[in-house]
Amino acid sequence: MALDNIFGIAGTALNAQLTRMNATASNLANAGTMAGTEKEAFRAKRAVFKALVDEQQTHAGAPYVGGVKISHIADDASPPVKVADPKNPLADKDGYVYKSNVSEVTEMVEMMAAARSYQNNVEVINTARQLMMRTLDISKA
Amino acid sequence: MNLLDQSLGIHEQALQIKARRLEVLAQNIANADTPNYKARDIDFKAVFNATQNVDTAMQATNSGHFAAGQTLNPDGMRFRTPFNIAFDGNTVEMTVEQAHYGKAAGDYQATLNFLENRVSGIRKAIRGE
Repeated sequence: MALDNIFGIAGTALNAQLTRMNATASNLANAGTMAGTEKEAFRAKRAVFKALVDEQQTHAGAPYVGGVKISHIADDASPPVKVADPKNPLADKDGYVYKSNVSEVTEMVEMMAAARSYQNNVEVINTARQLMMRTLDISKA
Repeated sequence: MNLLDQSLGIHEQALQIKARRLEVLAQNIANADTPNYKARDIDFKAVFNATQNVDTAMQATNSGHFAAGQTLNPDGMRFRTPFNIAFDGNTVEMTVEQAHYGKAAGDYQATLNFLENRVSGIRKAIRGE
């Protein structure tokens, strides 16, 4: 029954979008995080999505084929900002600290996009549920 | 018995294909942000014709066989031609998918209405009203 699968598929999408929003929340929280070396500086996290196209990628028997999952969490590639702040206790010998590469504007956009996608999938589930209920009513016709 | 089998007409298969189409569209919406995902859709006509084709249906070669439900043809899946492709290679256009999903839900309900009419007709015949 294909209508059942919609719940599984949209469910995987809700899960993925929520992970994406969690990553955004973590990025925003760390927008001002400083570090003593460039290597240790916080880098914005991005959830990378992957389609569940193969039966083997899914849990045994679960109707999630065609859904989406998080393939991995990637670091944003842009370099951390080097700030001259000799009084900072974290400053290196030249007086620099390294600010995280999080861009607040990008994160807000990311958050809104994730919220919209989440809403879309909730609507998909709602419609599928209504159609399912109507299909059950066929016996009362 | 034959009368009951056939009384639902083409709507039984049509409902299955339309439910399948809703699933495919749900997959597109779920993968709206997946890099390199290509949006797909079902060619209703192709699937329906394949379902109607007797060769693909199970044959009852013995009078003791139950009438076998016809399975849906897996073909008929087509990639959607997008208006614009996203930078990450994704071809899902949310507005297009939303419109298709809404229409598919309407189509499904239309088929349901036809089926309801058939069922109520059978019911009337059984009750002898």
